[in-house]
Amino acid sequence: MAARSGSMRRYLLQRLALVVPMVWVLVTLVFLLMRVAPGDPVSAALGGRLSPAALAARRHAAGFDKPLVVQYGEYLRDVVTLNFGQTLTDNRPVREVLIDNGGATLTLTLAALIVAFAVGLPLGRRAGRHRDTPPDVGIRLFGIITYAAPVFFLGLILQLVFGVFLDWLPTSDQAGPVVQAEVPTRTHILLLDALLAGQWNSFVDVLRHLILPAVTLGLLLAGVLIRLVRVNLIQTLRSDYVEAARARGIRESDVVGRHAFRNALVPVVTVMGLQIALLLGGAVLTEETFNWPGIGSQLVNYLNERDYTAVQGIITVFAVAVVVVSLLIDVVSAVVDPRVRY
Amino acid sequence: MSADRDRPPEPEDAPPADSRSESSARTSTELLAVRDLRIWYGTDRGPVRAVDRVSLDLAPGQALGLVGESGCGKSTLGRGLLGMLPPAAATDGEIRFQGRNLIGMSPARLRSLHGPAHGMIFQEPLTRLDPLMRVSEHFEETLHTHQPDLTRDEARHRALSALRGMGIPPTRYRSYPHEFSGGMRQRIMIALTLVLRPAFVVADEPTTALDVLVEAQIVRILADLRRNFATALLLITHNLGIVAESCDRVAVMYAGRIVEEGDVRQVFGAPAHPYTRELLASTISLATTELHYIPGAPPDLVDPPPGCRFHPRCPEAMRVCPARDPVDVEVDVGHRAACWLHGPESLVPPGMDARLTQGAIGVADEA
Repeated sequence: MAARSGSMRRYLLQRLALVVPMVWVLVTLVFLLMRVAPGDPVSAALGGRLSPAALAARRHAAGFDKPLVVQYGEYLRDVVTLNFGQTLTDNRPVREVLIDNGGATLTLTLAALIVAFAVGLPLGRRAGRHRDTPPDVGIRLFGIITYAAPVFFLGLILQLVFGVFLDWLPTSDQAGPVVQAEVPTRTHILLLDALLAGQWNSFVDVLRHLILPAVTLGLLLAGVLIRLVRVNLIQTLRSDYVEAARARGIRESDVVGRHAFRNALVPVVTVMGLQIALLLGGAVLTEETFNWPGIGSQLVNYLNERDYTAVQGIITVFAVAVVVVSLLIDVVSAVVDPRVRY
Repeated sequence: MSADRDRPPEPEDAPPADSRSESSARTSTELLAVRDLRIWYGTDRGPVRAVDRVSLDLAPGQALGLVGESGCGKSTLGRGLLGMLPPAAATDGEIRFQGRNLIGMSPARLRSLHGPAHGMIFQEPLTRLDPLMRVSEHFEETLHTHQPDLTRDEARHRALSALRGMGIPPTRYRSYPHEFSGGMRQRIMIALTLVLRPAFVVADEPTTALDVLVEAQIVRILADLRRNFATALLLITHNLGIVAESCDRVAVMYAGRIVEEGDVRQVFGAPAHPYTRELLASTISLATTELHYIPGAPPDLVDPPPGCRFHPRCPEAMRVCPARDPVDVEVDVGHRAACWLHGPESLVPPGMDARLTQGAIGVADEA
């Protein structure tokens, strides 16, 4: 037992050590990509609107007149200290933007993940178990459509059906204006804040606002999940240990659930880790479609404003999020699959 | 399922039936009695007749070796006897196991037999255990499924004693499958099969994937098992030496049919069927100076040759062989063979016992 937990600890340490170079490579890529465009962010954002002298002052304040190597060093220092500088357009600390809007994005992506798993796992399992039956064909079609349909299109359709025709759910923002004003900000996660303040009605209001964006983003991921689970389940149902379990008279429900389905999830966990990038990209589009005040919609705003400092900070956070999630996924697969630890 | 599934069993007045009843009279009551078993798979090209009118008997504690080339239907027969065929397979005939016919039995009743009544040991020990489950969980699941009243401690005790019998120390009980070698995993599989004390075990090439030392170990375990637990064994293998060492009787299978069956010493000492002779001549020993092989390959089971299916490859084929299906003939007490060399003379038309030359075989096939 001691040896086993030791190998788990060693695995985790090895995996953690990998995070540092991964983040470094990503952060460097972000830095270089921002510098590939000719000119500098300040001129691009404010050129023509300010006098040359004022422009030069802003460039100097932002450090864009320094050599690239120095800029890179300062940028790295900023990343390490989690201080991403001031935005160029509205002169806010980028960190403040991230904190103010991060909660909304976190809420949206987590809710979308829940939707994706709640829809993708049972449907994928059903399709894989009853392969080539009418339900399987229907589920596969559903998976392809939700994956292939652009997020904004799916979002608009849902807004039209549930927001306009049926008028069941709100289609914009993460709460009504009154609720937003009433709920005191503590965690920057509105859903949690409403709960902490004991405002049950506000909580329900936030939840109702969350449904359509979460379903839109969740279905994007559910499409991938359905196909993955189905294919893997078909494979594990044909595996030697499943036949051996049947030869021991294990109940079919246990054969599917305990043996085939669990083993089918091992590669699914790994691939879902890679799909987190899809989730974040989808979050940007979903936030735009539903006017959701997350960092994704902020990113689009700052991109339109050519506010490179803000964009750089937000993208860095996205990149780090992908790295951290892939670390978590590796830990999960090590817990699920004993073979990974060796 | 075929339309003639409900037809009455054929009268058992043919000579082989007599020989079977004699041999069963020598041993105790039958555990397994198979009559005219046919198993086929539907494919686009037509039915693949993997098992074609096979009859055999097995008594408690008896070990029957099933030998033959690859693609002769051995594994299909083994799985068919346990009711473990894939959904695409259709069956016909009778498999009377402990007095109940397995053919046409409901899946739920069949499942209740899997494990406690009969079990299976497979060829690939490396992939037969669930990689995500500890060895202990395999045993707990198996015991709990068939004996829900068993307490955790009792289950643990039963599992550990089964494992100890296979030489797996109790300290490894909570390990995962990947922490064991191939030979150990096969012993764990055997322990997992035996923990429910089944009356009948099919072992499908249990040692093919293992090295010779581990092979000897497994063969000894299988030999002990029927002595100690009166478990009947059907051992499917390519290795005639293992059959000679660990089986009482042997059945030689070719193209879905049992061509010869009898006491191991009788069959290997005085093989009656040319295929058995060829198979024995193809084994390698220290005295082997030159590799013997049987020209050609087992036939396509969608469209097998007419008459005796071995005749295109048979060095002793006669004119009757492609023309008529051979019948089971008792060549000695408890030793039967389906070959025209042994008659019955009354069924061979005059002049048909002339040798077939290789060219004539081609012509006969065309006809």
